[in-house]
Amino acid sequence: MSDWKFMARQLTRNPLSLMGIIIIVFFVIIAIFAPLIAPTPEGHRDAYMIPRDGYSATPQPPSEEHRFGTTQGQYDIFYGVIWGTRSAFHVGLVVIGVVLAIGILLGSVAGYFGGVLDEVIMRITDIFMAFPGLILAMAIVAVLGPSLRSVMIALTVVAWPSYARLIRGDILQVREEDFIEASRGLGASSGRVIIRHALPNAIYPTLVMASLDIGAIVLAASALSFLGLGAPEGYADWGQLTSFARNWIVGPPGNPLKYWYAVTIPGLFILFFVLGWNLLGDAFRDILDPRLARR
Amino acid sequence: MQQDLIRIRDLSVRFYTYEGVVHAIDDLDLDIRQGETLGIVGETGSGKTMTALAILRLIPYPGKIESGSIVFFDRDGGGELDLLKLSEDKMRSIRGNKISMVFQEPGAALNPVYTIGDQISEVYLLHRRQELGHRAKQRVDSLLSDGSGFASALRRPFWRWQSRLYDKIAQDSHSVEPRFLSHVPLFRRLLRRLRDEAKLLTVDMLKNVEIPDPARVAAQYPHQISGGMKQRAVIAMALACSPELLIADEPTTSLDVTIQAQMLELFRRIKADRGASVVFVTHNLGVASEVCDRLTVMYAGRLCEVASVEDMFLHPSHPYTKALLDAVPIPGKELQTIPGALADALNPPPGCRFHPRCPSAMPMCQRERPKLKEIGKDHMVACYLF
Amino acid sequence: MNILVDIRGLKKYFPIRGGVFGRPVGMVKAVDGVSLAVERGQWLGLVGESGCGKTTLAKTVVRLWKPTSGHIYFDVPDAVKAEIEASEASGNNSGKLASLLKENDLGTFSGARVRLFRRRAQLVHQDPFTSLDPRMKLKNIVAEPLTIHKVLSGDAQETAVKELLGTVGLSAGQLERYPHQFSGGQRQRIAIARALATKPEFIAFDEPTSALDVSVQAQILNLLKDLKKDFGLTYLYITHELLIAESVCDYIAVMYLGKVVEMGRPEEVFHTPRHPYSQSLVSATPVPDPKRRVGRIVLPGEVPSPANPPPGCAFHPRCSRASEQCREFGPELKLVGDDHYVACFHPL
Repeated sequence: MSDWKFMARQLTRNPLSLMGIIIIVFFVIIAIFAPLIAPTPEGHRDAYMIPRDGYSATPQPPSEEHRFGTTQGQYDIFYGVIWGTRSAFHVGLVVIGVVLAIGILLGSVAGYFGGVLDEVIMRITDIFMAFPGLILAMAIVAVLGPSLRSVMIALTVVAWPSYARLIRGDILQVREEDFIEASRGLGASSGRVIIRHALPNAIYPTLVMASLDIGAIVLAASALSFLGLGAPEGYADWGQLTSFARNWIVGPPGNPLKYWYAVTIPGLFILFFVLGWNLLGDAFRDILDPRLARR
Repeated sequence: MQQDLIRIRDLSVRFYTYEGVVHAIDDLDLDIRQGETLGIVGETGSGKTMTALAILRLIPYPGKIESGSIVFFDRDGGGELDLLKLSEDKMRSIRGNKISMVFQEPGAALNPVYTIGDQISEVYLLHRRQELGHRAKQRVDSLLSDGSGFASALRRPFWRWQSRLYDKIAQDSHSVEPRFLSHVPLFRRLLRRLRDEAKLLTVDMLKNVEIPDPARVAAQYPHQISGGMKQRAVIAMALACSPELLIADEPTTSLDVTIQAQMLELFRRIKADRGASVVFVTHNLGVASEVCDRLTVMYAGRLCEVASVEDMFLHPSHPYTKALLDAVPIPGKELQTIPGALADALNPPPGCRFHPRCPSAMPMCQRERPKLKEIGKDHMVACYLF
Repeated sequence: MNILVDIRGLKKYFPIRGGVFGRPVGMVKAVDGVSLAVERGQWLGLVGESGCGKTTLAKTVVRLWKPTSGHIYFDVPDAVKAEIEASEASGNNSGKLASLLKENDLGTFSGARVRLFRRRAQLVHQDPFTSLDPRMKLKNIVAEPLTIHKVLSGDAQETAVKELLGTVGLSAGQLERYPHQFSGGQRQRIAIARALATKPEFIAFDEPTSALDVSVQAQILNLLKDLKKDFGLTYLYITHELLIAESVCDYIAVMYLGKVVEMGRPEEVFHTPRHPYSQSLVSATPVPDPKRRVGRIVLPGEVPSPANPPPGCAFHPRCSRASEQCREFGPELKLVGDDHYVACFHPL
């Protein structure tokens, strides 16, 4: 209990980590209250599809009706970024969750038992890590067909090996501790030793990395969307909104910033989301760093 | 009566931690005499290591020397120095030179990427530059006077130049010309004799601490030699500049009994040969009785008793000293325990810090801190029983 | 004589791996042929310097490690041991021998059978600062063996934990605390309570007081004495401090480089040691008595590496009595007095 208290105190004491918390909480509120903030129009079938107001390609500036304006194809930017927050959390949390599960399972098995098993698992991670991440993800999405689910599968495939490696390394270290041996000496089975003793003492660096990576995953998903390898057209997704804005980054001669809203607003959402998780992750890392233990 | 080498007065060291302020040392008065081996004995948290570190001003963060004075009576030339008031520069010239330290873990005191010889030579190059210059000059001069023939005639001008450079260093270790040249490639070679001389002194020193085959050990890396050898090398490093005070913090704790016996023998010899004072910090009363002349017993940051070794073991006076001696397993004797736990460093008991565990505690002990009182020749006790 | 643990010709080698494919390039002979019997109710002290294999021996006996060869019999009748010996000597009937060993030799046990055996034998580690899981609460630490072996659960378990804590002298009001909130002595008490949870018959201690202060050490030793008496326990006690061994143990075995060089009752081993190594160990031990400063035998040299022990008697390079014989042949343990054994060609 005192550990949590200590952590909470450290988190709120550092202005940067406090900022990270505020940003993330802000996004959570947006995600939860999306239907209230940006109500789905009557008769609209799928809430995650952005309602469009005509078919003209040229973005329209913010107005009474479209608070943040519309982007290419007259998709409402405000609706898109608000409901896109849900997509961002969906992608980030699900991918990280699955990656953690795979990484922890394979990493702890490899680290604790060692030997041939370790060798096989680590060589598999080597193969995956030999490809540049984004290229591998693109190839997978291309094979599976562009959809949000394909993006998530692709990002999971790309991300799990580094988690397995990290966990393995930490388990390897913890495995040598006396209390692990003591627990074996009490008659504990390997499964119990891993779950009750090894993992709780080895998992923190991985959780820090996971919190840092949620932002990165969302960024990568946006990048894939930007390249047209993401959700179907019109799906509320920040990457897709930036993708729509691709042709409108520079306005007509004489007024280069004419369509600023089409690029800047989804961009800002991505920026702050990633920044929030990074600040939070950094704060966790500092708190859990053993060298900065309580003094 | 021997003269004092170090006089510590009212020394207080505090640690500012997350949980609160720890009074690691609380108003400590202690004298270290010339040529004696003073043992500091105590349990965890007694402040024995901190006392040793405070003398070198090496208290680790978040600790701070709060108040007091540590006067160092420098025999050769320095006069009276309050170590706590010196500049950091001046302090550096004292550490490893006039006062040096041997740590508990010999492995941690040696840098794994340099050879033993390099690391000990470094001490000479740092603190004995003038002497090295002098020796190097003599060596070059002898080359100049001996050398004959064509090869030597060619090298003569260089030797002359070297001789002049080394002379400058011998006069003034901070002399500009050699300093400048030591940073210039090629010319740097002119000064390598300094390093050669340091190596020679190093091998001598290693022989002095009874390392077999010192030349070979000097060329080895720390991981290539055993723990006992490492500790000898660390002691050699500490003795390199013939310090006036050698502080040894649990130097034998991590060693085996037979190696410990060798090391205690070495400490005894060092003292006899060199006449240096030694502060020997240990938790092992047996070890203390082997090497020390005088002993101090500390508890929770304060002194309990100071006495000669014989007095301490034959007539222990402070209840804590008595209890500590009784807690050492002696075959055939029932083991006595000290009731209760060590004083909490964050919330030490008021008055005498030992009173909650003391069998003869009086009401007064809870209120006021007992002062050190002389109860016999060279025998001081901080207890109201006396 | 009722022997609880009978160790016969026990060897534990650790491979030194090297080269590209990690093939063993050598062996560290940590325990190299030790025979030792622990009687029921005995406090057997195992003394020696670091690297002599005493910790390895203890950890192999409680089967944290599997022996390379040799037998460990835990509570096996003499008749069975004799039968095994006989069929080993005769060389035939290997099927019967194998099944006998599988039933009785602890060294051959694996998996579930080892775990079952752990209820009867426990190990207490040297350093209480590393042997307790830092992220577990006191109540869970002490209850762990009960949970593992499904002995007790729920309220009964909590009552048992409180009782155990009382037994080792800890108050029951600290159940929710984590190990870092306890002092070294208290932690060692926790480790002892945990070891006692399944009511074992045999406990091996790996220098349980070497990380503790003198005054706390005395408390722990007295606690061990009381527990042994109250629960009728049998101890294997490893230490490098002869004073402790002499004051608490009933029987002493001195180890040097993987072998037992001398065994006997403490007063004999320490007062009339017959092996030159035991003699120098005794002599090198600092005693808190300034009058006993002189007359030490300071052994030259250091303990050789167990990966590359000297031929013959491993002690001969440091021994003043070594002869040609010692350089070539390893001496066996011989009876030299009342229950006093020594492995030396030229005993003192």
